[in-house]
Amino acid sequence: MDRLTPVPALGAGTQTIGSVTIAENSGVALASVAARRGQSDACGKVLKSILGDVPAVGKAILHDPEAGFWMGPDQWMIGAPMASHEDIADQLKASFGDAASITEQSGAWVVFDVTGAKMPDMCEILCNVPIRKMVAGDVQRTMIHQLGCFVIRRAADDHIRILGPRASAGTLHHALVTAAKSVA
Amino acid sequence: MIINHPLLGPRDSAEFTYMGDARLMDRPDPDAPDAAAAFYDYAYLRDNPAGWHRELWFHEAGDRSWLVVTRNTVTHEISAVELASDVARAQGRT
Repeated sequence: MDRLTPVPALGAGTQTIGSVTIAENSGVALASVAARRGQSDACGKVLKSILGDVPAVGKAILHDPEAGFWMGPDQWMIGAPMASHEDIADQLKASFGDAASITEQSGAWVVFDVTGAKMPDMCEILCNVPIRKMVAGDVQRTMIHQLGCFVIRRAADDHIRILGPRASAGTLHHALVTAAKSVA
Repeated sequence: MIINHPLLGPRDSAEFTYMGDARLMDRPDPDAPDAAAAFYDYAYLRDNPAGWHRELWFHEAGDRSWLVVTRNTVTHEISAVELASDVARAQGRT
């Protein structure tokens, strides 16, 4: 049988506009973890064993291979490389058991990596996050172009990762390109 | 208007959706003898105060938590913001 490759959300090539580079990242497998009633502590223990710690409010833990961030009270998103963790939801279900509800999220989100010196200027045009105050590992959910997105400040100073709704990948990409052009 | 989210700090009210009077959390008991009257009140009758009002806000473009916001409808001053789940637990609910 042919070796099959997963279809990306958009398939747009990496674009550099001025100093900003916008790249779709189809190599992230995602799953959400929602603690069941009264199971916060049990979930915390499992998160610690996977990520090293429990992501605090508004924070990500940029850990390898699994990384995770806080989405809401008793809810977290876990991400890992698609190549090794395509079945991340099944893997997490095995770890969390009945303590949490796990939902596969790889098919729900498109991931864009935005890098470059003018990334903060571009981010200020796009959304309502205090990008210059955020440090590596800060996460905020916000609206970009009327779409609910997560903005994650990554380890590199000029790098943010944006998770947006996969079905609106084209719209989100258009918003990113337009903002990049206006700061170029 | 800025809503001081108990977990996330000050956030723009544009991220939130107004979900009505905070009394909506107290759904009447459907098995009570006066359930019909209680549900009529619950579903249709609202106070419309000029002044302090406890209301539900949903952080739709944020962490998706429900908040109980105490807001002055005349001045838009906000005196208290609590997680609705904490308010419900304080009433002895799970």
